[in-house]
Amino acid sequence: MAIEVRIPTILRSYTDGEKAVDGKGETLTDLFDDLDTRHSGLRDRLIGADGALNRFVNVYLNDEDVRFLGGIATPLADGDVVTILPAVAGGSAYVETTAA
Amino acid sequence: MLELRRDLYDAIVAHARRDHPDEACGVIAGPAGSDRPERFIAMDNAERSPTFYRFDAMEQFRVWKEMDERDEEPVVIYHSHTATEAYPSRTDISLASEPGAHYVLVSTRDPDTVELRSFRIVDGEVTEEPVTVS
Repeated sequence: MAIEVRIPTILRSYTDGEKAVDGKGETLTDLFDDLDTRHSGLRDRLIGADGALNRFVNVYLNDEDVRFLGGIATPLADGDVVTILPAVAGGSAYVETTAA
Repeated sequence: MLELRRDLYDAIVAHARRDHPDEACGVIAGPAGSDRPERFIAMDNAERSPTFYRFDAMEQFRVWKEMDERDEEPVVIYHSHTATEAYPSRTDISLASEPGAHYVLVSTRDPDTVELRSFRIVDGEVTEEPVTVS
């Protein structure tokens, strides 16, 4: 089951500069585990210590934000496209953060 | 150094003033690799906050996809501070995720003075750069 994963500039250090890589998995969790076997460290940039999606990372399944689907448990199908984009955020207030 | 066309400079300031006291944010896209800001895109601040901004996730998806299709990149990422100086906060620094972009900050704390500055933010390191407007 092949899923295309689009990688943002800031995370391409994990993919040898590749803009897109292939992965597999029944869910987003499985996909990130699979990617981490070849792109070690990538998963930790996407998922927090609590096991949820990093608050400042946006992940889209095809054209939808996975936060409105099943989050990290969102089921995937062959041919899906997963896009990762770090949130563009900031501001004058201090906010506890772990960036992408 | 950031070279900014006068109309783009004015558009950033106008957007910041319009959304004051909330923080305003947006992007100026340009041809990939050119370092030339050309296409002004005001973004919604999904937080609608005077102290925090975040691009709306779906709007960001559409805009980033469109830039990709046009072979553009975000040359400038701008936002406003509405009560403090135009300098990156700790939050701005820790969340900066486009190492190739010019981070432009504009302060609207004084309605009569324009305060606009530009920075590179790479790996938590802030470097101010001169801005020339033409």
